[in-house]
Amino acid sequence: MEPQRLEEIIGRYPTPTGKILGILEHIQREMGYLPKDVLKLLAKRLELPLSELYSIATFYSFFTLEALGRHVVTVCMGTACHVKGAPELVASLKHHLGVEMDETTRDGKFLLTTDDGEYTLTSARCFGACSMAPVLRVDNKIFGYVTPERIPSILKQFGWEGNHH
Amino acid sequence: MGLATCGIAAGGDKVFAALKNALSQRNLQVLLTRTGCIGYCREEPLVSIHLPGKSLIILHRVAETDAEKIVEAVAAETVPQDLALCRVEEWDPIVGEKLVFGTGFEDIPVYDEIPYFAPQRKIVLRDAGLINPEEIEEYIAVGGYSALHKALTAMTPEEVIEEVIASGLRGRGGGGFPTGMKWNFTKQEKSLQKYIICNADEGDPGAYMNRNEMESDPHMILEGMLIGAYAIGAREGVIYVRAEYPLAIQRLTRAIAQARDYGLIGKNIFGTDFSFELTIAEGAGAFVCGEETALIASIEGKTGRPRPRPPFPAQKGLWGMPTNINNVETWTNIPVIIQKGGAWFSRIGGEKNSGTKVFSLVGEVQRVGLVEVPLGTPIQTLVYDVGNGGIEGRKIKAVQTGGPSGGCIPASLFDTPMDYEHLTAVGSIMGSGGVVVMDELTSMVDTARFFIGFTNEESCGKCVPCREGLKHMLMLLDKILVGKATESDMATLEELSGVIKKTSLCGLGQTAPNPVLTTLKYFRNEYDAYLKGVP
Ligand SMILES: Cc1cc2nc3c(=O)[nH]c(=O)nc-3n(C[C@H](O)[C@H](O)[C@H](O)COP(=O)(O)O)c2cc1C
Ligand code: FES
Repeated sequence: MEPQRLEEIIGRYPTPTGKILGILEHIQREMGYLPKDVLKLLAKRLELPLSELYSIATFYSFFTLEALGRHVVTVCMGTACHVKGAPELVASLKHHLGVEMDETTRDGKFLLTTDDGEYTLTSARCFGACSMAPVLRVDNKIFGYVTPERIPSILKQFGWEGNHH
Repeated sequence: MGLATCGIAAGGDKVFAALKNALSQRNLQVLLTRTGCIGYCREEPLVSIHLPGKSLIILHRVAETDAEKIVEAVAAETVPQDLALCRVEEWDPIVGEKLVFGTGFEDIPVYDEIPYFAPQRKIVLRDAGLINPEEIEEYIAVGGYSALHKALTAMTPEEVIEEVIASGLRGRGGGGFPTGMKWNFTKQEKSLQKYIICNADEGDPGAYMNRNEMESDPHMILEGMLIGAYAIGAREGVIYVRAEYPLAIQRLTRAIAQARDYGLIGKNIFGTDFSFELTIAEGAGAFVCGEETALIASIEGKTGRPRPRPPFPAQKGLWGMPTNINNVETWTNIPVIIQKGGAWFSRIGGEKNSGTKVFSLVGEVQRVGLVEVPLGTPIQTLVYDVGNGGIEGRKIKAVQTGGPSGGCIPASLFDTPMDYEHLTAVGSIMGSGGVVVMDELTSMVDTARFFIGFTNEESCGKCVPCREGLKHMLMLLDKILVGKATESDMATLEELSGVIKKTSLCGLGQTAPNPVLTTLKYFRNEYDAYLKGVP
């Protein structure tokens, strides 16, 4: 990110209310993650210790410090979705995308990116679309009443061409 | 066309585009517009048609391929009867004049006879699905901002608070604290700067009423906050919305801009001395930030960790100033209370539980959606009358209310009235209104494990009982689920639950063991089965 662009973003938050989170969210949306050099620059500009920005970035699940895949597949792990079979969707997505995670994180947070950097698989707490549980989101599009069988056809809409492995 | 997040995800945006396209090929005098969600999410996409002098007809499960048929029917001054769900002859927006749509289409059932709607009483959601949430004029047309006008020009701040106290309104964010009393605390603080906050973090998974309230009728929240700010003496407000709700943020942003254009936000509102500024702050995905002190820290750009109270936000809140914080649904109840009076409001619902509550009925139940009923309505009305029972004839076993802080209530207690005291008495809580239905196929031990997994993950880590205790509960539950636990593990689980409840710093830890305690109490047999090995 160009320093000038960062200035523009900072300029959008003239009052202290909601400022720091707002700026970080803006960078996250624009870059897909919070790059270290941008955080360093921001810390300097706002006269904050870098450690404070780091602690914010790691506390809130909206922020990531690593680049995400070109497409982000987010499975809702909320109560309604859990009851309606979200764990099966995760298993199916892992299989189709060829990513692994260990069992202990089965309903915690996870962030898995395919080797080619095309897809990141992650979880969310609830999209507020609980009536359509189980729900998943690819980039900004929400899909409801998802079954493991429907997953390949959903992924294909985003250019997926079959198992990566 | 109903176009809230749920309607869009159900394919409503495609239907909208198809209708637009079909209309563009004909020369008709038709206004195609977007509304919020009427709450019957299972039947989406929903399209309503109003022909002059005729009943409003609500069509359900509309597909893209129905667009031609709909437009053809409208061109012939009729509706496609096979898609019709119900008809509405007139509608009462309560604070404004009655809307008379008309008559006709007698073969289509009336709205009040539809089992999903019959037990409902729409106060908070009275405009949802009827007006276009993106146009302030539509809100004004149904009586919007008249309560603000009344408060500013004909009532003192004290009178406004008296009315809210008389209404008996209690906070809809979970705690159920009397709203009028809370306003008084902040009002009585001596300070040049005071803030009000709308808590739109809606953290409980399975609860989405606040999302719909923001997406379907954002001005009602703004009006409630303006009235509150006047009563309390605050000149600035913040709406803290979770990042997962982009459409709500978009509609609120637009609503604020329109209200500013109309002079309803800014300086000297309605020509009075009262001035008010309102901004939106976005959450960033932390459940604990729904807790008021954590939320305030988050707005200030810090990590959202709760701090001990007192001091309460009413004394030391945002930027150290007296701050009043209420939930979205609490704010939406204010205009109607001011316009109709506290006494009117207090007659709805049950004793010490006045008004309605919006519940999200989800999970293993046939008819899912948002349901607004008077407080005190029994659980069974919701699950069986509105929800029509289990899917494919399966038996319903329990409902989970109150999110991760709540508990599981067994079917044998479904005569329990849904109000603050009764839900607490059976070991659960009202919370923000999520009702997740579980049937005979749902494992209650797995459900308890799910919630402890959730709260363990979301614990901010500040206090030891919550941080370490939940981790141990999770280990014990995992041990149970693989069939390796003993009676003494069960005893430890129960004991640990009690300790965490008693000694945690904030509401997260103080309530986190509830899903375990209630399942132990009502579904002990399922745990026992695991003690003998994986069933
Ligand atoms: C862990 C935790 C999470 C909470 N999450 C929310 C929430 O998402 N929305 C909300 O309105 N209140 C939430 N609360 C309650 C708030 O702290 C606060 O009591 C509420 O916003 C007050 O508004 P009310 O009086 O209108 O209910 C939460 C409390 C705790 C302890
Ligand atoms: S629980 Fe999955 S969208 Fe709400």
